[in-house]
Amino acid sequence: MAKIIHNGKIVEDCWVVIASEEVGPTTAADSHRNLLLPMDAWEKCHQSLASSGKTVGVWLAPDDELAPLISHLSGIPAIGIFFPTFTDGRGYSLARLLRQRHGYRGELRAFGDILRDQVYFLHQCGFDALCLRKDQDIDDALAALNDYSWLSVAGH
Amino acid sequence: MYIYNEIDQQLVEDRVVQFRGQMERFLDGRLSEDDFRPLRLQNGLYTQRHSPMLRVAIPYGTLSSQQLRKLAHISRTYDRGYGHFTTRSNIQFNWVRLVDAPNILEELASVQMHAIQTSGNCIRNITSDQFAGVVADEIFDPRPYCEIVRQWSTLAPEFLFLPRKFKIAISGGVEDRAAVRLHDIGASARISADGAPGFEIFVGGGLGRTPIVGKSLKGFLPRAELLNYFDAILRVYNRYGRRDNKYKARIKILVKDLTLEGFAQEVEAEWQYSRGGPNAIPEENFSAMEAFFANPSYPPVETHDLAYREALNANKAFARWVERNVTPHSTPGYAIVTLSMKKTGTPPGDATADQMDLVANLAEKFSHREIRVSHEQNLVLPHVAQKDLLALWALANTNGLATANIGLLTDVVCCPGGDFCSLANAKSIPVAAAIQQRFDDLDYLFDLGPLELNISGCVNACGHHHIGHIGILGVDKNDEEWYQLTLGGREGHRAALGKVIGPSFAAAEIPGVIEKILETYVAIRNPDEIFIDALERVGLQPFKSAVYGEQHGQNHS
Ligand code: SF4
Repeated sequence: MAKIIHNGKIVEDCWVVIASEEVGPTTAADSHRNLLLPMDAWEKCHQSLASSGKTVGVWLAPDDELAPLISHLSGIPAIGIFFPTFTDGRGYSLARLLRQRHGYRGELRAFGDILRDQVYFLHQCGFDALCLRKDQDIDDALAALNDYSWLSVAGH
Repeated sequence: MYIYNEIDQQLVEDRVVQFRGQMERFLDGRLSEDDFRPLRLQNGLYTQRHSPMLRVAIPYGTLSSQQLRKLAHISRTYDRGYGHFTTRSNIQFNWVRLVDAPNILEELASVQMHAIQTSGNCIRNITSDQFAGVVADEIFDPRPYCEIVRQWSTLAPEFLFLPRKFKIAISGGVEDRAAVRLHDIGASARISADGAPGFEIFVGGGLGRTPIVGKSLKGFLPRAELLNYFDAILRVYNRYGRRDNKYKARIKILVKDLTLEGFAQEVEAEWQYSRGGPNAIPEENFSAMEAFFANPSYPPVETHDLAYREALNANKAFARWVERNVTPHSTPGYAIVTLSMKKTGTPPGDATADQMDLVANLAEKFSHREIRVSHEQNLVLPHVAQKDLLALWALANTNGLATANIGLLTDVVCCPGGDFCSLANAKSIPVAAAIQQRFDDLDYLFDLGPLELNISGCVNACGHHHIGHIGILGVDKNDEEWYQLTLGGREGHRAALGKVIGPSFAAAEIPGVIEKILETYVAIRNPDEIFIDALERVGLQPFKSAVYGEQHGQNHS
C-alpha cells in the first residue's frame, strides 16, 4: 500500500482514487472499502455505494465547482483535489473555499503532481493529506512541512 | 521606512534556507529543470543570454542607505560591478552565477531585503509613487498600504501559482505617478464623502502583448477591506483565468471575457463572504503602520535662502538641474531631488557599484538615509533641505549623477533588450544611446520641454513603450532587428496607449525619424504647449507625413 502524509505523519494510504472511466457496475464489487470517486460518479452513485458498505469520498478536478457537494459536506469523509501539474494553482483556492467558507472538517487531500517544494503551502491552504508524486522522497516532504517557522499577517 | 519585525525576518531567512536546498538539489540532479524553473523564478532568478540574472525586489521603491550599500556590495562581489534599476522598482544583476544565488539572498536578508516573487506567475513586487509621503499634492501616503499588501502577498499560499504574473500598484497622489491604470490591480487614494480614507480600484490594466488601460472596478473601497477585496479579485482570477494559453492568461483577458460588469459581480459575490470578517484590517494596524512611515523631523530652515537664490542666478547648470530634477516638497524649505541615471552613453537605469555607494552617502548626508527608485529608472532623494541643494548637486555632478534631464527627451526609459534579455527581438540600449547622443544639447532639450520616450526590446514591454509620448518597440523581421514607432501614449490620470505610426525602421534611421517628429512638434506647437498635448490636438497625421512623406503618410492614416 502506498504511503502518504496525513496530519503530519507518514501513514498507509487507505483510500483508492477511482478514475472516471473506472466507475461502473463493478465498482461496488471492488475489493477496496474506501473509494474516492470523481465528481460526476459521486453525484450518481455515492448513496448506492454507501449502502453496499463502501466508504465513499469524492475527488475534484481543478475546474470542478463545489456547489453539488455543499449540502453533503458533513457526510463526506474525504475530499481529494487533483493537481494535473504543480503549477496549476486552482486547487489551492478550492481547498481554501472548502475549509474557510464551507467549514469542511474531513480529510482534504492533494494528489497528482505533488512535490515536496509545495507541501508547506498546500498545508497552509488546508490540505491535511498529501499524496506525493511517485519520485518524491516522502521523508524529505514531511520535513518540508516545516520549511517556514511562521508566516506573517492575517490571512495566512 | 518599514522595519522588519521578527516574523518578517524569520520568513526571509527561512526562504534562504529553503532556496539553498532547492539549488543544491538542482545542481546535483535531484531536482529537474522543469520542477526547478518555477522555484527559481519565484526567487527572481532567470536564465538569460549570457548568464543567469537575479532580480531583487525594492518594495514600493524605498531603500535605505544601508540597503543600497548592500546592493553595491553584491554587484561588486557577485556581478560585474553594476546593477540595473528596472521600470518596476526592482534591481537586476545580470552576471550572477547560479551557485551564488543563495548567498546573495542571504546577504539581502541581512538588510531586510529579498527577491521573493520578483518573477513567476504570482503576485509581484508592489509598486508605488516615488514621491510618496513627501510630495505636496498627496491625498494620503500610500506606503503603509503598500507594506500591508506586501506582507499579505508575500508567500500568500493560495496565490503562488496563478495563471500568469500579477502586478499591483498603489498611489496616493492627486497626480498618478504609479501608473495604477496599467497594472493588474491599481489602487488610487480616495477620501469618501464622510471623510474616510479608501481607494478606487482599477483592474485589468497592463502593457505587454495586449496593452489595455485598466478600468475602474470599484469607485470607493474602505481601507479596512483592502485585503478582503484583493483576496476576492485574486481568487476569481486564480479559479477562472485562462491557463491554456499564456498569451491569454493575464487578468485583463478574463475581465474582457466576463465583461467588466460580469467580473465585478463575481468579485462582489466573493467579497460578500469575507467583508467585515476576521481579515478586515483593524484601525490600529493602520496607525501602527503609518508610524513607520512618519517623515523625519525636519530641522526648521530659512525658506527665503539668499545663498540659494544667488546660486540659482549665478550658476546656470545648477539652475537647470533645479528646474528639471527638483520637485516641490510638502515641507517648505525642503525639496525632492531626482538623480538622473540617464547620462548619455550609460544604459538607462544602470548604476555602478561606486555610484550606488555615492548615492547611499548622499542620502546619508542630505536625505535622512532614504532613497527611492522611480519607475522611470531614476533614483530619488526625498528629504533634502533647500540650502543643501548646491552642495548635493556639486557632488552628484562630479560623479555623473546630475544630468539635468528629468522628464526630457534624453530621460529615456529603456529595458535591457537584446544585449541581455533572451526574449528580446532587438537591442534597445544602443537605440537609447543613439538618441541621447543626437539630442545632447541641453538648450534644445529644454526648449522641447517635457517629453517621454520609452523603448522596449520586444512586446513584453518592460520599457513601457506604449505609454511613452514616443514609444519604440523592437520587432523581428526575417531575423533582422527593426523598430516600430508609437506616438501619443501617456501616463497618469489621462493614461493612453500610443498608436503605431507606420512601417518600422532600421536602428540607424531612428535618430533621424525622431528629429522629424520633434521638428513637426516645434512647428505646430502653441506657446507653452508640451509635446503630448500638441500631438493630441493635431493628431498623428502631420507626424506621419513628416516621417514617411506626404503621400505615404496619407496612406497610413
Ligand atoms: S521588453 Fe522584451 S527585451 Fe525588453 S526586457 Fe522585457 S522581455 Fe526583455
